[in-house]
Parts: sequence; C-alpha cells; structure tokens
Amino acid sequence: MNLQEHNVSDNNFEQCIKCTVCTVYCPVAAVNPDFPGPKQAGPDGERLRLKKNNFYDETLKYCLNCKRCEVACPSNVKIGDIIQAARIKYSEKKFKLRDFILANTDLVGTLSSPFAPVVNGVLGLRPTKAVLDSVLKIDHRRVFPKYAFGTFESWYKKNEAARQSSFPTQVSYFHGCYVNYNNPQLGKDLIKVMNALGVGVRLLDKEKCCGVALISNGFIEQAKKQAKMNIEAIRESVLAKNMPVIATSSTCAFTIRDEYPHLLSVDNADVREQVELATRYVYRLMARQGVKLKFKQNQKIRVAYHTPCHMEKLGWAYYSIELLKLIPNVELTVLDSQCCGIAGTYGFKKENYKTSQDIGESLFRQIEACDIDYVVTDCETCKWQIEMSTSKRCEHPISILAKALE
Amino acid sequence: MMKQDTAKPFDVIIIGGGATGAGTARDCSRRGLRVLLVERFDISTGATGRNHGLLHSGARYAVTDQESAKECIKENMILRRIASHCVEETDGLFLTLPEDDIAYQAKFVEACSQAGIRAEIIDPKEALRLEPSANPSLVGAVRVPDGAVDPFRLTASNIMDAKEHGATILTYHEVTELLREQNRIVGVKVLDHRTKEVKSYYASVVVNAGGIWGHNIAKLAGITINMLPAKGALLIFGHRVNNIVLNRCRKPADADILVPGDTICLIGTTSSRVPFEEVDDMRVTPEEVDLLLREGEKLSPLLARTRILRAYAGVRPLVASDDDPSGRNVSRGIVLLDHAVRDGMEGFVTITGGKLMTYRLMAEWTTDLVCKKLNVSAKCDTAEEKLPGSRESGEEVGKKIISMPKTQRNATISRHGDLAEKLARNTTTLDNSLVCECEEVSVGEVKYALNELDVHNLVDLRRRTRVGMGTCQGELCACRAAGLMSSLHKYCTRRAKEDLASFLNERWKGMAPIAWGDTLRESEYMAWVYESVCGLTLSQKQE
Repeated sequence: MNLQEHNVSDNNFEQCIKCTVCTVYCPVAAVNPDFPGPKQAGPDGERLRLKKNNFYDETLKYCLNCKRCEVACPSNVKIGDIIQAARIKYSEKKFKLRDFILANTDLVGTLSSPFAPVVNGVLGLRPTKAVLDSVLKIDHRRVFPKYAFGTFESWYKKNEAARQSSFPTQVSYFHGCYVNYNNPQLGKDLIKVMNALGVGVRLLDKEKCCGVALISNGFIEQAKKQAKMNIEAIRESVLAKNMPVIATSSTCAFTIRDEYPHLLSVDNADVREQVELATRYVYRLMARQGVKLKFKQNQKIRVAYHTPCHMEKLGWAYYSIELLKLIPNVELTVLDSQCCGIAGTYGFKKENYKTSQDIGESLFRQIEACDIDYVVTDCETCKWQIEMSTSKRCEHPISILAKALE
Repeated sequence: MMKQDTAKPFDVIIIGGGATGAGTARDCSRRGLRVLLVERFDISTGATGRNHGLLHSGARYAVTDQESAKECIKENMILRRIASHCVEETDGLFLTLPEDDIAYQAKFVEACSQAGIRAEIIDPKEALRLEPSANPSLVGAVRVPDGAVDPFRLTASNIMDAKEHGATILTYHEVTELLREQNRIVGVKVLDHRTKEVKSYYASVVVNAGGIWGHNIAKLAGITINMLPAKGALLIFGHRVNNIVLNRCRKPADADILVPGDTICLIGTTSSRVPFEEVDDMRVTPEEVDLLLREGEKLSPLLARTRILRAYAGVRPLVASDDDPSGRNVSRGIVLLDHAVRDGMEGFVTITGGKLMTYRLMAEWTTDLVCKKLNVSAKCDTAEEKLPGSRESGEEVGKKIISMPKTQRNATISRHGDLAEKLARNTTTLDNSLVCECEEVSVGEVKYALNELDVHNLVDLRRRTRVGMGTCQGELCACRAAGLMSSLHKYCTRRAKEDLASFLNERWKGMAPIAWGDTLRESEYMAWVYESVCGLTLSQKQE
C-alpha cells in the first residue's frame, strides 16, 4: 500500500498538529489581542490564504518575527517564516517614508555618522521627537541609539588593517550597521579579544547591511540584492581565503544563516556553517582547544545575561553564557529567556510602542530586581530597549570579556 | 411508544433530505403546496454529502452521454445564478497526459460544442501557468466552465427556502411504513429517532426521494425498483493543491477528477458495485486508497506529498432500465417513476438516478408531476429565484458585519452568503471568539446554526458550519462546540459527552483508511487530549 512515504510537502504547515504551544509562547499574543497569534496567523491562516488571498489579514504585521514560536513547536513547523512569507506575498503595502528610514540602517548611518554630534543632539530634542512622532509616526518616547563620530570601517582601515593581516589565523568580521555607525567600541573590543587569542580580525571585501530591517519593513527586492552581495563576500572569505565569518550581532548572524534561504531564497548552503557568532567562536576556541587568556585581577563584575530571541532560535545562548562563566570575578545571573519587545525597528513605530513595552515589562522588572553592574546581551536592539526601559547599562559579552583582559 | 396521528393536512410528503428531496420541497412549497419533508437522519447525509462537490460543466459526459451533458451545462449556469454562495467559479481543465490519446481531444471538444459547453483548447504552457499544480508532462489541455459546489450549503439553502414558503421539515424521522388504502398511498408512518415516538402523516402524494435507500422505501409499497448501489470512494487533502478543477481528457474512468472545494481538495472517485446490506456503512479499502493516489498523482504530482485528511465513500443510486433486469443497461440520467402508471399504485412517485448537478431539474420534473396529480397549475420558478444566501454579494454583506475580524468575516460569508448578516446581531466579544480554528467558525456562527439551522448534534453542526472539517478534525473545536450546545440547552451534559465521543469516532472513521504521517500523529494527539487528559470514555460504538 502506498503510504506516501515522502509526504513532507513544501507546505510545511501541514506538519502542524494544532497543539497551540506556539501561541502560548508568543510574546505578542500575550499582550495584543489584535494579533491572532502564530498558530492562526501561520499554519491555520496559510491554509485559508491558499483558498483565496483575501484571507490575508493585515494584523500579521504585529508579528515581531522573534521566532519563539518556531523554537516552541514540537512539529518543526516554520511558523515565523510562514507569517513573514505571507506578509511578503500578500501585503498590499504602501510606501512609507518612515519604514524606508527605519529599514535602511546603513544608508541612514552613512548620512548621520559624519555629523554625529549634531544628529545625536537634534534627535534628543523634544521638538524633533514631536515632529518624528506626528509626521513619521516614530514614537516620541523612544530613545534613539547615538551615532558615533566616524565609522568602525574607516577607523579599522586607518589603524588596524595592516596589523591584523599579520596574524597566522584570521577570521572575517561581519560587524553590522550597529558597530559601524553607533558602537565602534564593540568592534574594537572584539579585535582586542581575538588578538589575545592569537587570531587576526579582517573585514569582508564588501559588507552590506544584513537586511533584517528591510525584510521586516517589506523592502524585499533590496534585501535580496544586499543578501546576494553579502553571500558573495562571505564565499570569497570562507571558500577562497579559508576564513570563517563571525558576527557580534545575533540578529545579523541569524539573518544571514536562516532568513536568506527561508525568506529571500538566497542560497547559502555552501557557507552557512562557517557563519557564526563571536561568542560561540571564542568559547569553542577556549573550551575545545584550551587556548588561555590572561585576565586582570580586578574586582567583581555582576552581570545578568538576557537571551535575545534570535539567540534562542539559533540555540546559541549557551555559548555566550558559558563564555561569561569562564571570566574570573564575573558573577552571572541568567535572566528568564523572554522577548524584550523591541524587535529591531518594530518598537520604534508609534503603533507598536505599547505592545513593545508591554512585552518587555516582566523582563524589565526582573532586571530591576537584580543587583548587577550590567545586563549582558548579544543583540544591539535588546540593548537599546533595556537601557531605555531600565536603569541598567547593557553590554555585549565580548565587551565584558575585553574589559576583563589584561 | 405512543401512536400519534397528526391532524395537519399536507398535499405532499417528501421522503429524503438530500439535495433532490430538499429541492423538491422548495419547488412544491413555492408552488403553493403544503409540504412535509421527512428524513431519517440529518439533511445531506447520503450521496448528497458524499461526492466531489463538482459543479459539472457537462464536459465529462459530452462524448458518452449528450443528454446528461446538456442537462449539466444548463443547470450549471442556473446554479451559478441562484446559488452563488454555494458555488465557486473555478473553471476546469481536461488534461491530456502522454499516456492518453491526443486524438480524443478533438472528439471531446466537438462533443462539448454540440452540447453547448464552452471548451477551449489551450497551450500546455498556458495550462500550467493557470494551474501550476497540474502534471507538467501534460501534452494537451482544454478549458471548460467546471466549478465547485458545496452540497451541504446547497441543500440547507433549499430547505431554508422551503421553510420560508411554509414547508415542514422533520429530520431524524424515519419512514417505517407507507400508509395504504387499497391501491393508493395516503401517507407515512414515521419513527422519531429523538423521542422514539411513532407518528402518522397524511398527504395526497408521497414522493420517494430516498436515493439508494429509495429502493427499500419502494419495497414498503410492494414495488420493486431495479437499483444498483455503486460505491464511489474519495480522498480529501489537507489544503488546496489546485484552484482549477483538473480532469483527464479521456473516457470517464476512476479517480480522474481533482476538485478544489472550500479549504481542501478532493480526488475521486472509484466505482464499484456493492450489496444493499453495505450501503449504510461504507468503508474505504486500502485498494481504493491506492488507486485514488496512483491516479491522482497523475493529475497533480503534488498529491504524492500532500497530507490526506480523510477518505470517504458515497453510494450512487443507479437504476437499471425496467426492461433490462440484468442491470447492464444502467442509466446515469434522471429517473422519475409515476407508480400509478408503472405499478398501478396511486399517490406515489419515485425520483432517483440523476446527479447532484441536476437536483433542481429532478425537483422540477417531480413537482410538475405532483402538481399534475393535484390539478395545480402553478409554474416552476426555481431556475430564476435566488436561494437564501445568494441574494446579495459578499462585499455588500461584508460591510454589514465589518466589526468581525477579517478572516472570520470572509469565512462566514463564504459559508452563509448574505445570511451571514444575521451574525451582526452577535455583539459580545465571546461571539467573535473561535470555536473551530482551522475553518474560522466563531461562537456567534455556531449559535446561529444551533438556533436557526435545525442542528441536533455535532455532526449536524459540522454540515452547517464546517466545525471539525479542518486539519484538526475536531481536536480543538469538538469539545468547545459540545460545550456551547450544552450551555444553550440543546442537550444535557451526559448527552453532550456521548455526542462528543460519537463525533470523534465518526471523524476517526474517515481518518483510519489513511492513518499515516501527520494525520496519524495528529489523531494520536487528539486521542491523548480527549481520552488521557480529559478522561472522555468512548462509547460502545467505537470499534
């Protein structure tokens, strides 16, 4: 008898057995009743949309693409991907200047960075915020990340490029927009850590924004173009130069590894395993190969680790947490793994501000209850959200490690 | 048991709540007759609810049976107009595969045009563009005005119109005896399955519209109709693979029609003779499943990898010509028997044969005969007057229930047409919450069905609303629906539990023949939820 032995169709939603655990884990469904939740928006909705496209519901825009539903799913349904793909396919989106500005993180960064002191000052002004709020619908309560004066890339080329190429082992660093325009210090910290481990840090021949904000704001063609350029550069590094690619941003790493093939149909199978997170690379180097670091005998640092959603999806929070444990004098608390609510550009939008803050509420409370010096996390937007919504500073694990080094 | 003679006089009693019976009740009542319809279970439980739901263009019959083809295309056009909310205008493709004779295509198109069916030869590449799920190795394609029709909605809508015109509808009333005075049938004795009462009803004419069960009803009058039960098995897939009906361009054979119906698609059918003893409990065999998949994959290779939800089978009421007792000369056409002429039995008429597509025409012929017997001259208007639900466009109705969430609103309108407007009365938040998540059936819609659509149990509710017809097959919705029915005093808690168990068993019956992969996994999960977590004990009906 024919039992359809290969009955896993491309329509992965058919593997759903309606257990609904995805909706239980959805941070949005818990606070925003307008969002139908991942089960309904994903597998259930997909079936209806296949019947007729007028079953597409604009409320799918409330999905913050945290992928916690996919982590929870026991049937391996790509729920988050189904929702994002439906938005790409069915949404009758009108061009919005706001979304364009929020999505083009590298363009806006390039324009802002040379005028950083002015831009930072102006963005902090109440009249500016009022205009952004009323004209662009960027919520006035949102605190913007500060732009750095001069980019990481230009600093690197001027000061480090030559020295880094002298190391016997080298990696390529996908720094992302945040390090380049807002926080070059994290890039410098990474170089310090990697050099201490005897590894040189190079840049890709050409790096474009990973495109996560373009995807979530519906600029798919542009995202595809950038993805292809990045994968080309990554191939050059991995296949031609035998240098793996590491990133400090969990979202950049996740986007390149998973969103490129799933949402943009950009094939990365030949290099995917060679794109990873800095903390994972460092931890494995220390734990597996026994490479030792020299630490300062400084005073105790108390930190609490927050697991970003995309770290949860990658399954790599373990490496950051274990790496922190390897640092002497670090006292570590691991916070409950929950969404902070910002989800990249999502929380900047006026219509999402409340949802965003409601989602993060219990995380903020837990952080405030901790007696710590820093919150530590691998995601830059989580950092913005936590610093805006709590009294604590937030740092990347690599920066904590760099501080502890001699 | 109590014997009760009801005084209310009827002109006509119709036996059978399938499409034909419902259509006849509608036609008779619209022509001013006092109508009683009795049905032993729920409406559309027989062959009406167990077929493809294909709105035939007639193309399938064009080469072999011009008369049926002409009837089909005529009724097809009528149903698009009068039953728009039950019909989806998908069009159909007749595919010639490499193993088929391409010469048949010319003959087919010629026959279609003779029957008045638009049949347009299109380029295979164009066919694949229109329907990407079609077998890419096709060498020829003809486009015809096939479509999909929902038989449950269609029947319910006919019933509703009949009631609006004064008809009395009694479901769960089984005819146990035809009341006879000399050579005349004067009424029926029925057993009310719900109360166990036995009642008698009288009318000038009794119409036997019992489908294959009409054979036994005729026997009650001592009349033999040479019926041949022909089983047809089908498979339901979990979602729509195709949006255009796919057929094979060859002589009609097994498993060569793939129909997109509502959220799912169906492949069918097989055709095999079965003994009368089996018609009440059709089971799909492994051989039938194999055949359906094997042939189905030829229409659309995607079926090989698509989850199957259920397998089911119906029984066609084929009738052998009276002058051919061997049964070889079987007609698929409409058979209207005036037993006064045929058997010398006055006041008794049998309508059978035919097909879902021609239910309205069958009803028209039957009503014409009944009217002739009663000396009523009213003319048939069922081809012009729209059915309840089809009187206003979906967009207009949508505006009236704009407060409902979008997917729910669209789903409700697709099921109830303009009657969805009645849900606007439901204004509480609870009414907008979902009972059935797969098919987007709200509490409000369930309440409407319970209050206005003659629902007595969960299976009835499923036929009116699609509760339990989605991929979860009742896993999440059945208990919610049973709870609602209980709280609205449709039945007590004990009955609710029994009904829940029997509903789940009925769902399992359809899953058993194809229980592998994710369908099996899901049914195991369902059993775990109901049996192990909720402690529901399955009734003795479980095998």
